[in-house]
Amino acid sequence: MLQKARTENADTPQAPSGQLVLTLAGICKSFPGVRALSDVSLELYPGTVTALIGENGAGKSTLVKILTGIYQPDEGTIRLGGREVFFATAYDAHRAGITAIHQETVLFDELSVAENIFLGHAPRTRLGLIDRARMNREAGTVLERIGAAIDPQARLRDLGIASKHLVAIARALSVDARIVIMDEPTAALSHKEIEELYELIERLKAEGKAILFISHKFDEIFRIADRYTVFRDGECVGAGLISKTNHDALVRLMVGRPVGQIFPKRKAEIGPAVLTVSGYSHPTEFADIGFELRRGEILGFYGLVGAGRSELMQALFGITKPSRGAVRIDGEVAVIRSPAEAIRRGIVYVPEERGRQGAIAGLPIFQNVTLPSLSRTTRHGFLRLAEEFKLAREYTSRLDLRAASLDQDVGTLSGGNQQKVVIAKWLATAPKVIILDEPTKGIDIGSKAAVHAFMSELVAAGLSIIMVSSEIPEILGMSDRVIVMREGRIAAEFAREGLDAETLVRAAAGIAGEMPPMPDASTPAPLQGP
Amino acid sequence: MRLLKSREILLAAAILVLLAAIAWRFPGFVRPANLANVFNDTAILIILALGQMMVILTRCIDLSMAANLALCGMVVAMLNATVPGIPIPLLILFGIGVGALLGAFNGILVWKVEIPPIVVTLGTLTIFRGIIFVISGGEWVNAHQMSAAFKALPRAPLLGLPMLSWIALAAIALMALFITRTPLGRAFYAVGGNPTAAVYTGIDVGRTRFLAFTLAGALAGLSGYLWVSRYAVAYVDIAGGFELDIIAACVIGGISIAGGIGSVGGAVLGALFFGVVKNALPVIDISPFWQLAISGSAIILAVAFNARAERRQGRLILRNREAAT
Amino acid sequence: MSETTQRFIPDRLESRWTSLLKSWETLLVAVAVFVFVVNALSSPYFLNAWNLSDATFNFTEKAMIAMAMALLIIAGEIDLSVAAIIALASTAMGLALQYGAGTPELVLVGLFVGLACGAFNGWLVTGFGLPSIVVTIGTMSLFRGIAYIILGDQAFTGYPADFAWFGQGYVWWVISFELVLFALVALFFGVLLHCTGFGRQVYAIGNNPTGALFSGVRVARVKFVLFLMTGLMSGLAAICLTARLGSTRPSIAFAWELEVVTMVVLGGVNILGGSGSIPGVFIAAIIMGLVTFGFGLANVPGIVMSIFTGLLLIAVIGAPILWHRLRGEKTLP
Repeated sequence: MLQKARTENADTPQAPSGQLVLTLAGICKSFPGVRALSDVSLELYPGTVTALIGENGAGKSTLVKILTGIYQPDEGTIRLGGREVFFATAYDAHRAGITAIHQETVLFDELSVAENIFLGHAPRTRLGLIDRARMNREAGTVLERIGAAIDPQARLRDLGIASKHLVAIARALSVDARIVIMDEPTAALSHKEIEELYELIERLKAEGKAILFISHKFDEIFRIADRYTVFRDGECVGAGLISKTNHDALVRLMVGRPVGQIFPKRKAEIGPAVLTVSGYSHPTEFADIGFELRRGEILGFYGLVGAGRSELMQALFGITKPSRGAVRIDGEVAVIRSPAEAIRRGIVYVPEERGRQGAIAGLPIFQNVTLPSLSRTTRHGFLRLAEEFKLAREYTSRLDLRAASLDQDVGTLSGGNQQKVVIAKWLATAPKVIILDEPTKGIDIGSKAAVHAFMSELVAAGLSIIMVSSEIPEILGMSDRVIVMREGRIAAEFAREGLDAETLVRAAAGIAGEMPPMPDASTPAPLQGP
Repeated sequence: MRLLKSREILLAAAILVLLAAIAWRFPGFVRPANLANVFNDTAILIILALGQMMVILTRCIDLSMAANLALCGMVVAMLNATVPGIPIPLLILFGIGVGALLGAFNGILVWKVEIPPIVVTLGTLTIFRGIIFVISGGEWVNAHQMSAAFKALPRAPLLGLPMLSWIALAAIALMALFITRTPLGRAFYAVGGNPTAAVYTGIDVGRTRFLAFTLAGALAGLSGYLWVSRYAVAYVDIAGGFELDIIAACVIGGISIAGGIGSVGGAVLGALFFGVVKNALPVIDISPFWQLAISGSAIILAVAFNARAERRQGRLILRNREAAT
Repeated sequence: MSETTQRFIPDRLESRWTSLLKSWETLLVAVAVFVFVVNALSSPYFLNAWNLSDATFNFTEKAMIAMAMALLIIAGEIDLSVAAIIALASTAMGLALQYGAGTPELVLVGLFVGLACGAFNGWLVTGFGLPSIVVTIGTMSLFRGIAYIILGDQAFTGYPADFAWFGQGYVWWVISFELVLFALVALFFGVLLHCTGFGRQVYAIGNNPTGALFSGVRVARVKFVLFLMTGLMSGLAAICLTARLGSTRPSIAFAWELEVVTMVVLGGVNILGGSGSIPGVFIAAIIMGLVTFGFGLANVPGIVMSIFTGLLLIAVIGAPILWHRLRGEKTLP
């Protein structure tokens, strides 16, 4: 069913400015239970921005970690300027002239801005001590270069997220690197900061650096990238010049089939309101949230990373305390102070951070499934293992879980199967409302389809679903209605019919009409303006 | 010069208030000579707290420092008793070396075998004490068995202060330089503050922890000599239970047990707080038996205070509207 | 992920008996048998019912605390103040004695002080979100410090004769009251940890406190109860120890916390939380008792035995890790 395109090097025209800087060939990398990369190749040219495109879990981050010496490939070669190299540690890659702006901020709260920028390669005095004055001065220069007005001597913990991100960028540029990797560098930046970053990238190009640019945002890719490489499920499925491709073609490569087909068509009876939220606010994370969720409905929540969607959902689930506002379940006012209370009221939450908040690695599958339902599987507080296995079997089989036994440690399952266990856990509590936070982030396509199909089944059975997702196809394919959040507030609400990607992205970014035109753009009227 | 963080200033203020309160009734306590005495009395705790600080910064803990001290103290005392001719500086270096070795043993278990530090040092704590018994046969090394030079060094006055105080001052100065101005010193913060990110920046987390343990061991070795020469006696149980005092000094000094947060100033002030309380109690005529309860309360208050200060602020998603676009 | 669709997923891959045979507890039983045999062969005085009975006093009090501590450590917390709670509870009993308390009152005072200290620890840890290791280092000084303030260098003596039964009495033949009490405590905690929903929640918290919270486990409440129980067991141990010694000094049970933790870790409880079992800790307690007794019979001083304990601790934790490393097993990054 997956149509695999080969990397067509023969088709690739000559690089705009000469010699290859970096060549990866036949790179393979496996983790227990997961094949993250298989036979992957990549080429980087000087003065060129190469976009690395792929869905979550396609293997982009693994590749970045291999390039920066954090992981070592199981097979394959890395050639730098024609010479084969091996990076045993991050330090080796660093010395070879590869620098990266990682997705996770690789920074240290207790150190100063200058120290964060120069950790590991600080200028020294003749005595071998760190030359503070020079370090601060040079940090100032680097920060100035990227247009960041940050005091090099400030302590990092006193900085906001966007400033921290700029420090991370400054850190990457503090070395004279030949190759700069940017892993979703714009995710936490404001519009103005993004523009400055683009200018910086242009300057780096002019200096002849090879840039590997990883992004989900197609407008960004078409704006600054010269070349592209597409990953799907750990494989390289296409590469070439940006000027020779278009939006649709890239999406097809990335997803492996036209967007419309991934998501099962479904019909569900939309009933009366189950959950009504009004005037819901938090001191720092979100404000004035009001919406209604109806029986049998899938309500999508779209927004950029850090728009406050997860924070809102966690407040609804009783993890954090809202400062104002009311929640009604089936018309009754519900004050939810803890997850235990939310579960009793019929609201459950499948978190985005599956490893930390969802699955409990170390406990077997059946114990994960029964954990919130222990009152049903115990008698007078005593465990009844037979009941537990029965319950676990019932719900895991509905989700087509793949595991060796129900006694298997959840931590040894693949991401997709872990997610199925988490969902099974919640279904066993017989909830009314399921909140899914990035339900298919980082899981394989097969499991994704299973999760989507199951969502359809659930709403057909009368449940209501809130789905937080940053994947536009998923939002467009699955939601009955979409709410877009921006900076902690509801920016817009759309009905499903006629909604397109561009409208969503504009609403989420809070910009109007500045973006490069995308194919098949149509403009439906938003139900509720920003 | 970087400003001292508020934690240290607050702790210093607390100590000053304490001193002022004592001075109000007993002015003699704040005479320079007496304060110098208090400092001298706290010197060993300061040196040990500096060592423990490095370990805690890397998100580890060393429960074996006092046992390490006792073992090194016994080794140098016995060496001195058997071969009185060995020059004292050489003996001190030897003590430091033995201490570093014992610390390295902790470190290698943490680094290469990846046993949790608390388990490692819980084990080595009893092992080190046991070894003291084995090498000494349970005997004491008494004052008359030690050479005069051996006992004299910590007391030897220099510019009005005993050598012991000078050693502590030197340790503070060197440590301050080391921790703020060398790559390894900064790596301690990186490893404890964000181990994953430390790997990304090319820092070997295990090796950094190993070095922290080794250096802490070296300081324990130095303290071993200072302890036995100052008190002119060595036996199995010297500094028994002191390991927790060292950790307590660090905690009071604002060094976060979760790693990555703390300063030389904090460790020194935390130790000094202990020293002031201990020395003040007899002066203000409170039974010294109060000391333990006071330090216990101080630890609880300090950790509660630090936790409040460290509590992460929200992500602050809501911004001003004008900042939006 | 394997491509083969498994329609049916079995409950378990191997029977519970097979996994039991491969478990840490089985290894510990083997070690216990080994120690027993070595002792029996090396000393003619070992295989004597009364001597063996005496040997149990070496560990029963610490082991009672270890049972509760095991649950606490599995849940990812620790209580280093247990020995100080003994000192405070014992001091409180001594004070009560001065005011003419009889045996029932003494027992109640001991248990109450234990419970109160546990509640204080639990309140600090769960109410303020403080790290338990530091909090209990603090309360360890505080509790013992209060005992010192009350007692100074004095001692309480003159406990009633029937009170002494808690530490010196025999239920039947060589079976001491302490041994029976320890067995009951072990049974209680064994059932609590392994057979109840509460125990399941303890494991969940230890493996992933955030995940447990997100699964509706009332994490703070469970942890608070565990601190309460650890305090209560320390109070119980204080009663037995005070009755056995017949006196209270502020230095009573000094440094026991480290021995209790060693016992728990030796019993296969992961110091970082998440795994371990009561049978394991039970056998570890017996091993430590047998070793102490055996060394005693061989006239080896206790302090030398501590070398053995320390090495044992490091070896039992380090060996499996090294074993996995040598077999070249990858761990997830």
